[in-house]
Amino acid sequence: MPPLLKLIMIRIGLGLLTLFLVSVVVFAATQALPGDTARAILGRDAVNTARYEALREQLGLNRPITSQYVGWLGNVLSGNLGNSLVQDKPVTELLSRRVANTFILVFVAALLSVPISLFLGSLTALRRDSKFDISVSIGSLSLAALPEFVIGIILILLFATQVFHWLPAVSNVNPDVPIYQQLDLFILPAITLTLAVAPYITRILRASTIEVLESEYVMMARLKGLPERLVLNRHAVPNALAPALQVTALNLAWLAGGVVVVEYLFAFPGIGSALVDAVANRDMPMVQAICLIIAAVYVIANLTADILTILVSPRLRTGLR
Amino acid sequence: MSTPEIIVSDSELVEPPVVHGDRRPSEWLMMLREAWRMRRTKIGVGIFGAIVLLAVVGPWIAPYSPTEFVAPPFSPPNIPKLWLGSDYIGHDVLTRVLYGGRTVILLALAATVIGLVLGVSLGLITGYARRWIDESIMRILDVVLAFPQIVLALLFVSILGPRLWLIVLIVGIGHAPRIARVARAATLEVSQRDFVLAAEAFGIARWKILFNEILPSITSPLLVEFGLRLTYSIGLIAALSFLGFGMQPPAADWGLMINENRIGIIIQPWPVVVPVLLIGILTIGTNLIADGLGRALIGIERDTGVG
Repeated sequence: MPPLLKLIMIRIGLGLLTLFLVSVVVFAATQALPGDTARAILGRDAVNTARYEALREQLGLNRPITSQYVGWLGNVLSGNLGNSLVQDKPVTELLSRRVANTFILVFVAALLSVPISLFLGSLTALRRDSKFDISVSIGSLSLAALPEFVIGIILILLFATQVFHWLPAVSNVNPDVPIYQQLDLFILPAITLTLAVAPYITRILRASTIEVLESEYVMMARLKGLPERLVLNRHAVPNALAPALQVTALNLAWLAGGVVVVEYLFAFPGIGSALVDAVANRDMPMVQAICLIIAAVYVIANLTADILTILVSPRLRTGLR
Repeated sequence: MSTPEIIVSDSELVEPPVVHGDRRPSEWLMMLREAWRMRRTKIGVGIFGAIVLLAVVGPWIAPYSPTEFVAPPFSPPNIPKLWLGSDYIGHDVLTRVLYGGRTVILLALAATVIGLVLGVSLGLITGYARRWIDESIMRILDVVLAFPQIVLALLFVSILGPRLWLIVLIVGIGHAPRIARVARAATLEVSQRDFVLAAEAFGIARWKILFNEILPSITSPLLVEFGLRLTYSIGLIAALSFLGFGMQPPAADWGLMINENRIGIIIQPWPVVVPVLLIGILTIGTNLIADGLGRALIGIERDTGVG
């Protein structure tokens, strides 16, 4: 097998292994609950009644734990995530619209933050130690420190309540109205996510661009007397492309977690706010489903970042490190 | 001993380069001194010190009790009786602000220490152990890394309920793999140095080498990590209180205050604004310290030719 393909296969294998272990952790989570699902459905008084025993049999709770896990995993893989304990409807039905809402929110946030970070990251690297670089550095350092909900509340105070009244403070997306007619509800949550993730990504990008600009092959290209434009286009950019793609994937990975607090803050109907509700109600099938979705997105995004890095960076592609 | 012919610049003559592979036991002291020269570190320490002071002294200078009803709900500020007005059930906001910093800072420090102890232990072991131990521990850590930290905390809160010890523990466990990666990389590098090889040649027990030889040599990157993780701990602990899974009413806590008083943000913004700003300023302070330390570390490694 060519070394490059082998490297990628190893990464994919490790990613799958991680996903498998994640599913074990999420499954084990319900097992750690005091009592079992049958008790959670019927209430504590029902324990040891005939109905309780029948439900246990029906849910397969009398089977050995490994066989329960295999059954559960099979269901998950075929898209059956169980019923919500609170609303008594299939989790997939309750979550489908929320997944779509969150997806749009994350998409808008990525659309804003990726170009901003690319622009600021590469420009600060090219104009290193200039006034512009220093002010971006201090600004991003401060913003990167702030928890998302602090950024969000400051935005609400500025643009929705105290100073200006331009935007809604609550993003109660109406499922019966097309999204494009209520885009204003997405603005503040998307900007909050952007301000939270962009500084972090900008800093990574600045560092990696500087690393490329100072590398031996760029120095070699300069020593050969190539014009600066060629040095940048032919030698620097291909190597800086890897971080750019990586940034997009890391962005997605970060946003998968960032949506939780931001959606709750804006009462945005996505999977993040659903997770907070489900945890408060201890609706375990719902918690399991959302944790699985978020962890899967996180692992796949990071895996994609890894593979893209291997594919586009000439150093790794040729097997030289 | 023959000296290789190298053209040495003036600056190198003034400050002789530290010999590569030297033990450098006081590297972290050098780093602290270097960091303190930077203005950002001083500002960061100033901010952190001021807010810790506020949190420590606050309860003594507070005008009321944090659970005392002093005015109708959401009363506007009224100087000198109610400097910041009252909150959603009529407590004095200023009093609750003065009381509410302790929990955030203490819980965040505890979570960071747990993360550091766990992460450093795992990093030392994986960086110094044989292949399969390293591989299997790193795979397990990958699983923890697969969950965003807030999601990991929520998963465990959903099982065991909103307990403070649980939240501190899970935030710490969430930090551990991230700190372990740093500690592992530093250990790998240090374990090839002469003083470790010498200790091994003398037949000193491996765990003694780990704690007496390697651990003191990787202190600097760990200090940087501590600053960084403390920033994230403050954010996470405050966020969990904000979501309603941290401190519970009637406790005075900045994160909880924001959540409780959100509904009144239009008529009485102070019980939201003040805690939000204090949490924000606190995290900026700790992040400035972490950044100063990080820059100092990079500077020292460049000067000594290590890293």
